[in-house]
Amino acid sequence: MSENLSGLDTFPKLLLHHARVRGGLPAMREKDLGIWQTWTWKQFADEVRVLACGLAGAGFKRGDHLAIVGDNRPRLYAAVCAAQALGGIPVPLYQDAAAAEMAFPIQNAEIEYAVAEDQEQVDKLLEILPTCHSLKHIYYDEPRGMRHYAQPELMAYENLLEAGRASQQRDPALLETEVAKGAGADTAAMFFTSGTTGNPKGVVLTHHALIDRAKAAADLEGLGDSDVVLAYLPPAWIGQNIFSYAQPFVTGYCICCPESAETVMSDMREIGPTYYFAPPRVLEALLTQVSIRMEDADRLSRFFYRYFMDVASRIGGAILDGKSVGLGERLMYWLGDLFTYGPLRNVLGMSRVRVAYTAGEAIGPDLFKFYRSIGINLKQLYGSTETSVFVCIQPNGQVKADTVGPAVKGVELKFTPQRELLIRSPGLFKEYYKNPQATIEAKDAEGWFHTGDAGYVDQDGHLKIIDRVKDVGKLLDGTLFAPKYIENKLKFFPHVKEAVMFGDGRDKVCAFVNIDAEAVGNWAEKKNLSYSGYTDLASRDEVYALIRECVEKVNADLAQEPELALSQIHRFLILHKELDADDGELTRTRKVRRGAIAEKYRELVDALYDGRDSVHIEAQVKYEDGRSGMLSADLKVCDAKALTAAELKKAA
Amino acid sequence: MSARAHPVGEVILSVENVSLAFGGVKALTGVSFDVREHEVRAIIGPNGAGKSSMLNVINGVYHPQQGTIRLRGREFHDMDSHEAAAMGIARTFQNIALFKGMSVLDNILTGRNLKMHCNFLQQALWLGAAKREEMQHRRAVEEVIDFLEIQHIRKTPVGRLPYGLQKRVELARALAAEPTLLLLDEPMSGMNLEEKQDMCRFVLDVNDHFGTTVVLIEHDMGVVMDISDRVLVLDYGKKIGDGNPDEIRANQSVIDAYLGVAH
Repeated sequence: MSENLSGLDTFPKLLLHHARVRGGLPAMREKDLGIWQTWTWKQFADEVRVLACGLAGAGFKRGDHLAIVGDNRPRLYAAVCAAQALGGIPVPLYQDAAAAEMAFPIQNAEIEYAVAEDQEQVDKLLEILPTCHSLKHIYYDEPRGMRHYAQPELMAYENLLEAGRASQQRDPALLETEVAKGAGADTAAMFFTSGTTGNPKGVVLTHHALIDRAKAAADLEGLGDSDVVLAYLPPAWIGQNIFSYAQPFVTGYCICCPESAETVMSDMREIGPTYYFAPPRVLEALLTQVSIRMEDADRLSRFFYRYFMDVASRIGGAILDGKSVGLGERLMYWLGDLFTYGPLRNVLGMSRVRVAYTAGEAIGPDLFKFYRSIGINLKQLYGSTETSVFVCIQPNGQVKADTVGPAVKGVELKFTPQRELLIRSPGLFKEYYKNPQATIEAKDAEGWFHTGDAGYVDQDGHLKIIDRVKDVGKLLDGTLFAPKYIENKLKFFPHVKEAVMFGDGRDKVCAFVNIDAEAVGNWAEKKNLSYSGYTDLASRDEVYALIRECVEKVNADLAQEPELALSQIHRFLILHKELDADDGELTRTRKVRRGAIAEKYRELVDALYDGRDSVHIEAQVKYEDGRSGMLSADLKVCDAKALTAAELKKAA
Repeated sequence: MSARAHPVGEVILSVENVSLAFGGVKALTGVSFDVREHEVRAIIGPNGAGKSSMLNVINGVYHPQQGTIRLRGREFHDMDSHEAAAMGIARTFQNIALFKGMSVLDNILTGRNLKMHCNFLQQALWLGAAKREEMQHRRAVEEVIDFLEIQHIRKTPVGRLPYGLQKRVELARALAAEPTLLLLDEPMSGMNLEEKQDMCRFVLDVNDHFGTTVVLIEHDMGVVMDISDRVLVLDYGKKIGDGNPDEIRANQSVIDAYLGVAH
């Protein structure tokens, strides 16, 4: 399956190879004016050739950076490759970033050339032009609305191609000569990571790193030139770049660019990708859509859906994993596939998906199992920009909802005493651009990359990530305490909106819980439970019982994991108000600020630990109009069943 | 903003002394005005002022009892709506007049009706010429879809769309006829602020990109003053003002008509 690519150590060399070997096969498809237009590898290589000539004519030389701003478009990918062919470094920027956010990368890398998709992106670049003195050339692909622009920096992509054609006639071998100068150790691309604190960092990746990782994962999954991928996530994100640039260049598969962000669903159905990536939030949105549409379906369909989804959740995963399942059950699954799963996969555009990945954040086990149970081979992977994505991948047949699988070929893992995960891999980044301090902090002398993630390898050799290392603590008896890991487990229950765990430096784990007003409200309505408002609902005994069930399920789950068994939740209380970013309890990206919450509700935390049954709270709240008011409530504290160390020992 | 791609040119449509009455009700009384090539011309006025009637006279739905209409040098006493369409006039309606059960794509294709030349048999059998023609029309329609950014609803039945989008589809259908003169009857009525802003941008884009002359009726004063080159004001079927937005803002009889006046 895998062809001999030795000696092809850069992306432009791979491109010329594919143009030779499979020139007639599709490299890219783009839906334009309602019709899928195909670019073969030959056409794509020709475009890159002309474009590279054009760029060279405009003065672009080895080591120069080329900013790429826009959505997934064949021409922008051609620009990436043209820059690489000339020994330059493409820097993809997020197309939905505000103008001000684009300024830093451009200043940092002293970018002189940029390719922008359309008027929207050009406007942003022009806005920051006064602060980015290096920027001299902006090429735009889509001419619509650009007629009135007279800035000397601007030039249409089409005109650049025109210039390229002219200079190509003068020097037809330019591309080959330039490409031959490239080597695997050259920088292939630079990706800016969104820094939560301080400025973003430019992650420098070499051709060798990207090609090696892309190939390792492609070999593992047996990807080949008959595969098809839909490129719908931002190209500035390393993952999209791997799936829609590095991997097609390694395997020769075809990527498809949807018409617009709104048409992704229907474009996906038309294309029928065989290889698919989606972050958990996308998968969740799809499932919600399906559920809503099922609610509106007729009775018979609803019955079939419920019945067969029940069958699927029992045995679907096992069948996908190739485990043995009884004949009767297999027959039921086959019927279900005929009536429900097959049509459902078709609606989702996943009929042909052989391999699907999810990553980026923790995925709820129910969500994960749903897709697997209807026969979609969804798997988790672990990686980051600094590692050229692929560090761990769940292998076929050994998929566990809570791990990210064993290390991919070539990757070494080890842990510090603080349980921080260290990685050594051929895919590691070269450096942070112009930031030696950060580079040394992240990558030590022996070449180990410090991920900042805490985790461990389980008995099957699968990596399990539990939390950020700076958040991991210890109980008084030395037990590992990973707050986010437990919070996530609890948050996967639809009735729980937020959870905050306490335990670092204490004798046991206790929790604050925020109920989900909508989900619990619906539940209360069905139970004929009347309530006056959020605070009232949150204080109901029935609701406490409901949440206690969730907490105890989490405890039972934790008891299965030897490392974390002692960090079960002993007591909890339900907060009288929703945690809010305006009150400084959440970050703007909705992450709980444990420290701030512990400080603000010290009295409640004390009540969790001193054994009181209830506690009175008066707290200041900020309303959206800026005024503030006082809210007071009596909160109950509830015990949850947790197995003690002795009981755990007995159970084991 | 730099100079327009299509500067305002000669008068292409002039309406002289037009009167229209339905029985005893005088909808229009001796109204004269003109429209220049490539301009955005607004017609405003209180309810029942005769704005829609004026539009209907221009595209041949109503036949005035008096007066003449001159379009590109040809004089009509009364115009036939088919003739109007053939001469490059397209319009949208105050109450959306789309085929609710048909997809957006098919609705817009109906705008190409006058440009189809194959006969029924050719189309039914999809013979060579009909096939080529259909491809050509589909391409024209897709360009309009791209222009108005409605790719995501291409195959949705119109009846299922929200109001604002239906209005946009109606504009798309009018554009598919490649008009030189576009009549818009309250293109922004019932829209929220964002939809209005979108629609304004599209009207200006159409005018700028295709050089289409636009005549529009609108109630939203902000919109009218922002996007029109000249404004005609009607009240009780009579012309009470005509000029550029600044002149209209300063026109006493317009202010009186809108704010009322003490007797």
